[in-house]
Amino acid sequence: MAEDKSVAVEARGITKSFGQGVAALRALDNVSVLVRENEFFTLLGPSGCGKTTLLRLIAGFEFPTYGAILLHGQDIARLPPFRRPVNTVFQSYALFPHLTVAQNVAFGLQMLGRPRAETAARVTAMLRLVQMETLANRRTDQISGGQAQRVALARALAPAPKVLLLDEPLSALDYKLRKEMQIELKRMQNETGVTFIFVTHDQEEALTMSDRLAVMSAGRILQVGTPREIYEHPADRFVANFIGETNFLQGEIQASGEGSAEVRLDLGVTLKATLPRGGLPRGRTTVVVRPEHAVLGPAGADTGLSGILENIVYSGVDTQFHVRLASGGLFLVRAQNSHGAPAQLPGEPVVVTIQDGAAQVVGD
Amino acid sequence: MARRFDVRAQSGFATVALFTFFLLYLPVAVLVAYAFNASESMTAWGGVSLRWFAAAWQNDAVQGAAWRSFVIAASAATIATIAATMAAIATTRTPPYRGLSFKYAFINQPLMVPEIVTAVALLIVFSRIKVWTGYSGLGYLIAAHAAFCIPFAYLPIRARLESMDLTLESAAADLYATPWLAFRRVTLPLLQPGIVAGYMLAFVISLDDVVITEFVKSGGQDTLPTYMLGQIRRSVTPEINAIATAFLALSVVLVTVFFFINRRRTEPQPAYGDKA
Repeated sequence: MAEDKSVAVEARGITKSFGQGVAALRALDNVSVLVRENEFFTLLGPSGCGKTTLLRLIAGFEFPTYGAILLHGQDIARLPPFRRPVNTVFQSYALFPHLTVAQNVAFGLQMLGRPRAETAARVTAMLRLVQMETLANRRTDQISGGQAQRVALARALAPAPKVLLLDEPLSALDYKLRKEMQIELKRMQNETGVTFIFVTHDQEEALTMSDRLAVMSAGRILQVGTPREIYEHPADRFVANFIGETNFLQGEIQASGEGSAEVRLDLGVTLKATLPRGGLPRGRTTVVVRPEHAVLGPAGADTGLSGILENIVYSGVDTQFHVRLASGGLFLVRAQNSHGAPAQLPGEPVVVTIQDGAAQVVGD
Repeated sequence: MARRFDVRAQSGFATVALFTFFLLYLPVAVLVAYAFNASESMTAWGGVSLRWFAAAWQNDAVQGAAWRSFVIAASAATIATIAATMAAIATTRTPPYRGLSFKYAFINQPLMVPEIVTAVALLIVFSRIKVWTGYSGLGYLIAAHAAFCIPFAYLPIRARLESMDLTLESAAADLYATPWLAFRRVTLPLLQPGIVAGYMLAFVISLDDVVITEFVKSGGQDTLPTYMLGQIRRSVTPEINAIATAFLALSVVLVTVFFFINRRRTEPQPAYGDKA
């Protein structure tokens, strides 16, 4: 695979332990992942899952205990950070406080010994890319958090790295600015054609921005795929739970065929569920259903899960219905608000119908 | 509500404060006032005059001692600051390990050991070296001063390094700066206020030293403080006051200059974890 031109970064069997002996903490456990050229790739996971450690290993701030990191086929795992054609946007931005905005952006080029004229031109181009030309001579304490973010981006992109690493760069921004920067980042990635490896714990951010993402937990990669694959076909319980809202149902696999299976739920209903890729589980299983893939109907329909509508939460764009199933569990249904009030009222018996193929079998 | 816990609201606070200031500054004020005394006496006021400043200025012994003090202080502070900077980097840019606090104590040893002990020890060692080498120049005083100035230079530099955001050094390395370039282009400029503070402190401490200098100096190597001490043993004139006043003025100027340098250097960088 290393010879494949379309691969930008490949981590092969990376294990990273901190500390020694019994006190050793295994931050990454035999992680392998492949990031393609020009891709917006996200490492997503809760704090402590090892995503930042993986990023720091690629940047060169840490060295793996075992394993190789290939950049365009070449093992860089033992190189110091200043020998890697990879740049980082830090969570704290880490702008040099004794330099101006323009001097910050020029830093990498100066360290590479680029000619003065080339550096100046590149700095101007980068500041234009991030729309900061007018503030080029400001000190770094005279700009806002969003502007500092842009400068950090320009500084990291200026030396034209092969891969740009972003360590939760949006976490310090407020909601509105974060939304803007998500779009901006995506635009910059398209314009520069640089491979972005982005670390976040925000699943919404990961889904909106990434071409592909890896979901991590406890030092392992659980699933790699496009946002749609991950959201609609989570590989396991953790991924399903971590990304979006999910209903879990227990059941038994009756028959399985090409990519899908008949699952007899404990609630007595049989439904057709999608199987995880490559897996043909048998027997007891868990099925996940996204709240928006279920439809609420009046009691009487015989194909759905019957229950009592317990609560209605209106949230602008959509409405959430909390349905207490016969098993005692709560089932969440989410429906787009069009017009008029919902037909059902709290306390009424209802039936939840699950759209065909929307249920997904997950490993435990 | 808040006033109840305010120390300024405690009874007797003003009295204690005034008494303390009185003790601290009245002797200095008297000393400075008598420097301008026209009379020969240390006790009787004879009108305002600058004659003792003129006398001190024209006194060859004072000039020699002042110059020696300056040379020793400048050399010792330079050596101490370089050593302290290296020590501070070595003790902060490393993961904590067993024995690190011992190292702190070791570096700061001159603050703990009674000065008279160091003085006697140096006297014995240096007299031996003088016999062996035949050299009896200012080198001994400079070496001795540099040694006891190191902790004074070390403390502000270490404080500055500890408050510095380590990510800045990572960022420099990420942007292709070799360790040396990262140090020169990022760490050192950010460290500068600490280094200036350390140098100033070391300079003033060296300038002020009596005990070690008195023991280590060879004949004719009086510094300003040991010269003054020597004068007081003989006849006391307000010339001593004039020298002390000039000394005081110099210290005030140094501290003021340092304050402004430090403020200018620190103010542009309150963000990004830089609190020094």
